[in-house]
Amino acid sequence: MSVVEKVSDQVDQDPAVSAVVVRFAGDSGDGMQLTGSNFTEATALHGNDLATFPDFPAEIRAPAGATFGVSAFQIYFGSDEVTTAGDDVDVLVAMNPAALITNLKDLLPGGLIIADADAFTDKNLVRAGYQSNPLEDGSLDGFRVIIIEITKQVIASVEPYGLSHKFAVRCKNMWTLGLVMWLFDRDRSVTIANLEKKFASKPEIAQANIAALNAGHSYAETAELPSGVEVYRIPRAEVAPGLYRNATGTESLAYGLIAGGRLAEVPLTFASYPITPASSLLHTLAQHKEFDVVTFQAEDEIAAVCAAIGASFGGTLGITSSSGPGISLKGEAISLACATELPLVIVNTQRGGPSTGMPTKTEQSDLNQALFGRHADTTLPVIASSTPADCFDVAIESVRLATQFSTPVLLLSDGYLANASEPWLVPDLTQFEPFPVKFETEVEGFSPANRDPETLARVWAKPGTPGLEHRIGGIEKSYTTGDISYDPDNHQKMTDVRKAKIDNIENFIPEQTVSQGTTTGKLALVGWGSTFGAIHQAVRRGRAQGQDVSHIHIRYLLPFPKNLGELLAGFDEILVPEMNTGQLVNVLRSQFLIDAKQLNKVSGQPFKIREITEAITTLLGESA
Amino acid sequence: MNAPQKLTLKDFSTDQEVRWCPGCGDYAILKTIQKLMPEIDTPKENTVFVSGIGCSSRFPYYMETYGFHTIHGRAPSIATGVKLANPELDVWVVTGDGDGLSIGGNHMMHVLRRNVDLQILLFNNEIYGLTKGQYSPTSKVGTKSPSTPDGSVDMPLRPARFALGAGARFVARTIDTEAKHMTPVLKRAHAHKGASFVEIYQNCPVYNDGIFDYIKDKKSAADTRLLLEHGAPLLFGQDQQKGLRLNLKSLQLEVVTLGEDGVTLDDIVVHDETNLVLAQMLAGLSTPEFPEAIGVLYCQASESYEHSVYEQIKTVRAKKGIADFNEVLKQGHTWTVS
Repeated sequence: MSVVEKVSDQVDQDPAVSAVVVRFAGDSGDGMQLTGSNFTEATALHGNDLATFPDFPAEIRAPAGATFGVSAFQIYFGSDEVTTAGDDVDVLVAMNPAALITNLKDLLPGGLIIADADAFTDKNLVRAGYQSNPLEDGSLDGFRVIIIEITKQVIASVEPYGLSHKFAVRCKNMWTLGLVMWLFDRDRSVTIANLEKKFASKPEIAQANIAALNAGHSYAETAELPSGVEVYRIPRAEVAPGLYRNATGTESLAYGLIAGGRLAEVPLTFASYPITPASSLLHTLAQHKEFDVVTFQAEDEIAAVCAAIGASFGGTLGITSSSGPGISLKGEAISLACATELPLVIVNTQRGGPSTGMPTKTEQSDLNQALFGRHADTTLPVIASSTPADCFDVAIESVRLATQFSTPVLLLSDGYLANASEPWLVPDLTQFEPFPVKFETEVEGFSPANRDPETLARVWAKPGTPGLEHRIGGIEKSYTTGDISYDPDNHQKMTDVRKAKIDNIENFIPEQTVSQGTTTGKLALVGWGSTFGAIHQAVRRGRAQGQDVSHIHIRYLLPFPKNLGELLAGFDEILVPEMNTGQLVNVLRSQFLIDAKQLNKVSGQPFKIREITEAITTLLGESA
Repeated sequence: MNAPQKLTLKDFSTDQEVRWCPGCGDYAILKTIQKLMPEIDTPKENTVFVSGIGCSSRFPYYMETYGFHTIHGRAPSIATGVKLANPELDVWVVTGDGDGLSIGGNHMMHVLRRNVDLQILLFNNEIYGLTKGQYSPTSKVGTKSPSTPDGSVDMPLRPARFALGAGARFVARTIDTEAKHMTPVLKRAHAHKGASFVEIYQNCPVYNDGIFDYIKDKKSAADTRLLLEHGAPLLFGQDQQKGLRLNLKSLQLEVVTLGEDGVTLDDIVVHDETNLVLAQMLAGLSTPEFPEAIGVLYCQASESYEHSVYEQIKTVRAKKGIADFNEVLKQGHTWTVS
């Protein structure tokens, strides 16, 4: 058994550790996501604030040892407020050479590597592109390295359960998790319960995994680790009191849609077609049929949006969901929903593009599509969620806008939000203001063209209502009767009223606030969507160092809050960080005629705090 | 709801000016359906007509029911959504050969295999009318059109065959101007639970005039038309002297004449609506070698899609009990920060 620890002389460990980034990396078949999610749960129960970032390949099972098959799960946790999954990695668990070579660049100097020596075979080294074994050639001298023959340890620990070699080796991830849990003083009981539940029908597999978990923990504990590797103890974070649970963006978005349906007092019909990374929303809602949700897996994206539109016509709220390429396919039908002024929610969980692009990676490059990506003048509300927990509120808001203004609403999420998790203060639905739908029943004076004078919403009269039989369709309609009309003045009027209805929403949404900082000043960072965490931390660090920088994060992208222009005008400089080539920044420039600066990253990875900090310093330095 | 009063054709006519070309077969179909509606025991307010794009798809504007004129090819999907939202609604889909089988072919296939409880009326005029006369997926080889000035070269498909191939459990064929035939066929389609597919041979007097004369013309109809009746032998021709026999060597239907070569009534295949293999053979018959089958080709009772969806929801509800959504939010591993 070999345990080797190498610590570089020039690296000082900060004794007051308040936050740590751990990344588990291995083959896509090594169970890294499961390892990460169990560690996350234990960490949340420990009382740390946290954020996670699962990063997995598009290949379901890439060839073992291949660099393109490396699956990673990163968690950032600490005693302080945590809003991103962290920039640099403190602890890297590398299950094979491919995992090491692809993740080493993110490891901090002096960071800790835990490597499975048994996986560093000649074959795996060649496959990863190593000329020599990094565990032996001194190339890792700048890091602290713990080399353990994990596979051998695991096989020994699960021996009593009579598993085949293949199944025994699969317990490797739990052994490693046990070791890391000891490092951070985490409680294993939740993981044990999870394993018992997951393998309820195969108790010997459950017991073997638990044995591996405990063995990894004992291994670390019983002094087989060399001195210098101490137990990290992360103090509890200070967070608002209340009941918490972990939630991914997908979960809170699904719950938000259900909550929205209940507040609107209208059943939901969710029609979708599988696409990464949006499918999990369909999966989650399909598990909650008891809450007036009908889910429908359609034959394609077009059928999905059309079924949702049909469902809205039929008297429920139709919702469809996809990622960028699928939203493209839905475009024609979304315009039909605009023309017929039916409520509809469209969720876009954005991914790296164009085309198939990078399905499992994150990007914010569908804002232009959301704002402009349809034929003709089809303006519709666009809103974006900024954190996993925020997905809940934004989902409710999408239902409110769709049902109150008889319009399709585009909700932008992204791959990072969908998969990332954070502690979520469990909401109490009774504290939310209901917004019940009023279906038309009055026959006297009924016309399908009738509008609410205040919201300009078209009347919602559902089939089955006696006396309100009427026809709607994609052909232009008379403003007064709803009948087909090719009258030039009428088309002008209808185009105007459809736009006015959406513009008018600015009177029914909150004014834009500054999420951190002041309402005027030298520099405002203006973001939208999942860049919230990175911008927030960067601004916090900047302000702590005395920089005059504030953070404005826009939820309502169309229409903008009505005070946004005035608010932006109060800053000398505007910087817009986006994970695209500059989509929001162009809208702000054209709408408010301001010289907004841009900061863009399109690598499939979220912003690092440092990248934004550097941009702030550059700008303030220049303008000082 | 008020006590049902006797409605008439007029109650199902809107005040909209009908805008099909003079002589269009769609007029006859519209009239037949408006007349049929009062005879169907569905409250008017529960009736919904959904269409796509094309000449036939203007249909909902002329029906005094709920109606949705949607986009090209997507009527089956929109109608599926309507049924999922409210299974009590009686939903009719009106489509054409281009709308339903070209741009919307995929949705047609899936709505049929899923067996959503809809009446799907496919007006087949073997041409694109609204876009001014291009050939369609049902146009015969050699059809000259603006887009095929030298004649089309690709094989057409037969809508009834397509429907059977997609797993439809009710497939019928009828003719635009023959209300006496169409009315009972549509009643059967309406009574069937699940997707009922009715192909209607429809004349386009402007771009494909007379395409169905061979089967509509009284003189030729006896030899070109095989009128189907469940349990009756497949006979046709003047005096019903010709019939269809199964050739056991080729496993194909063949035309025989009663009294010739020892052929008797016992040799003639008896129509069985529940026999899928027979229905597929009948759907493929074409003139001039064969008469074309008119009537109900196939009818097999089964559960509709939306019925099964709601049954499943009922089961889930019964299993989970009446759940409090606020409690669901608190599920999973939670912790309290004080």
